[in-house]
Amino acid sequence: MIGKDILFQLSVRSVRLHLLRSVLAALGIVIGVVAIAAMGMMGANMTLSVTEDLSKMANILVVRAYTGGGGGFMGPGGGGSQGGGSSQGSDEEMITEDQFRDIEGIAARYGTVYFVHSQSDTIEIGDSWGRATIFGLDPAVIPDILELADGEYPKSTTSVVIGPRLVQRFGLKLGSKLDIGDSDEGTTTTVRVVGILSERGMTMDLNTDSAIIGSEKLYTGIYGEEGEYDQVTIAVDDLDQVATVKEEILTQLNKKKEEVTVQDSSRMLETITSTLGTLTSFVMAIAGISLMVAAVSIFNVMMMSVTERVREIGILRSIGTQRSDVRRMFLYEASILGLVGGGIGAVMSLVIGYVVVLGMVGTTEFFFAGESLWYIPFAVAVGVIICIVSGVYPAWQASNLDPIEALRAE
Amino acid sequence: MQVSQRPVIALDRVTKVYPLPSGDVVALDNISLAINAGEFVTIMGPSGSGKSTLLNQIGCLDVPTSGNLSLAGRDVRAMNDRELTDLRLTTIGYIFQKFNLIPLLTAYENVEYPYLMKHRKNDDTGHVRRLLAQVGIDEALAAHKPPQLSGGQQQRVAIARALVNDPAILLCDEPTGNLDSQTGVQIMEVLAELHRKGRTIIMVTHERDIAAYAERTITIRDGRVA
Repeated sequence: MIGKDILFQLSVRSVRLHLLRSVLAALGIVIGVVAIAAMGMMGANMTLSVTEDLSKMANILVVRAYTGGGGGFMGPGGGGSQGGGSSQGSDEEMITEDQFRDIEGIAARYGTVYFVHSQSDTIEIGDSWGRATIFGLDPAVIPDILELADGEYPKSTTSVVIGPRLVQRFGLKLGSKLDIGDSDEGTTTTVRVVGILSERGMTMDLNTDSAIIGSEKLYTGIYGEEGEYDQVTIAVDDLDQVATVKEEILTQLNKKKEEVTVQDSSRMLETITSTLGTLTSFVMAIAGISLMVAAVSIFNVMMMSVTERVREIGILRSIGTQRSDVRRMFLYEASILGLVGGGIGAVMSLVIGYVVVLGMVGTTEFFFAGESLWYIPFAVAVGVIICIVSGVYPAWQASNLDPIEALRAE
Repeated sequence: MQVSQRPVIALDRVTKVYPLPSGDVVALDNISLAINAGEFVTIMGPSGSGKSTLLNQIGCLDVPTSGNLSLAGRDVRAMNDRELTDLRLTTIGYIFQKFNLIPLLTAYENVEYPYLMKHRKNDDTGHVRRLLAQVGIDEALAAHKPPQLSGGQQQRVAIARALVNDPAILLCDEPTGNLDSQTGVQIMEVLAELHRKGRTIIMVTHERDIAAYAERTITIRDGRVA
């Protein structure tokens, strides 16, 4: 029973005797533990949130023309549509009409197969202008893959549906007209907004939140590229068949040479979780610096404690206390500081971690998940271990004092 | 008084040299003496004569540079730190001039401390209370911490602490040095009573009237037995 151990009692009383000093030293540990736990929880919540989003896309396969390299995994049209300017299409390898037919032949029985034309272009709305991704899709599949928040799906070559962010940015509404193309450089095409899409967030197949979606005819009318597609997407009905479809497409189309690549959500998930993992480790390491500062403070307090208690150590040694017991007494003291700091830190981590996760991730849906809360005991353990390690040298020094010399101390 | 002819402490040509940058200091020079179980011996001598060094050797706080020292039949020079510490815990009771109680512990806990170190459990036999009562510390006083006690009371607690593991040898380093003469006499009465019950006591003092309580006086001068 550690509580009954007289050496533990001595350590507790020593801490109590110098309460303010001890509390200040423990405060460093509190800050360190909270920093590490909060950062860890933030990372875990981000990962969990992204994983859930991506798991909704586990049935999506994206086929692109083989370009020799790895190719990106993000759906076309991702990210901002201002600035930049290089178009996404013409110079790159494209999926041909024949390839699309082949893919359709293989995958149609497993789910919905559709091609995607995409291009980043300038758009003008009255006096304002910006950039957006323009998608050209088969009008027949648009209702199957995209959900409307308002309005209707495009039926003519001059009508489009747009993403909700575009609505916010340019103050568009149903019936608004916009020009695709740069009027300074030549022709523009005027289209009318007939529908506004629901927010989809980041996806693998189509990032439509900042995009304009029209029919294939509208697209080819502007950019040409008939019979050439940027990607072919397959929404597989049965999750268990995803691997089979992928395998069949790769086998059939890459028979002679590498012509297409097929991406599923697993690679994207892997890349994102790995990036988030690295990021989390990095911010935790920065948070860890505060624990290093705390360690120095604990070391200082422990050295002070040893110096102040030299005579007491001399007495203890002279009446038969082993060196190991003296060491234990000081390690107890360091552990008490660590446990008190860690305990308070754990409680505060819950509160501050919650606020950080809410602020940085936007949702606390996963806050109480094991993967997230795990960072609290982890941070406490790191804090306590750092305290004990900081106490090792002072404890060693105390135990090696010469009893006669120590007894002479005033 | 039960003086046995079996020496409980035996020093054979014990020398203690402190190496200093300015040259070696010989604190004890070829000291040979034997103290039998049950004896009450006083070590006297002027300041710097080596009497405290001698007590530190007997008390296993230090080991001789050369010569042989045996305590209760055991060769001290062959022992490592753990064994010496164990000997201090079980075979030697130390009473200091400055009492040397642990300020963070109550009087009771101070007395119980060596018992705990030896038995690794609390005293549930009433031994500690009996010892405290024997030296005149009641339960109310035993709950106080040392700074709340008078010098005489602290020294009584220190005597009880020295006795708690029933040591073969009681070492007293100027036990009345920090007490007024009346309290000093009371403390000496306690020690004399312990001696009458058969305890071996070695006491360092420079006061003749205190030394008179002992049955033998060893005088040390310049590190030698005078």
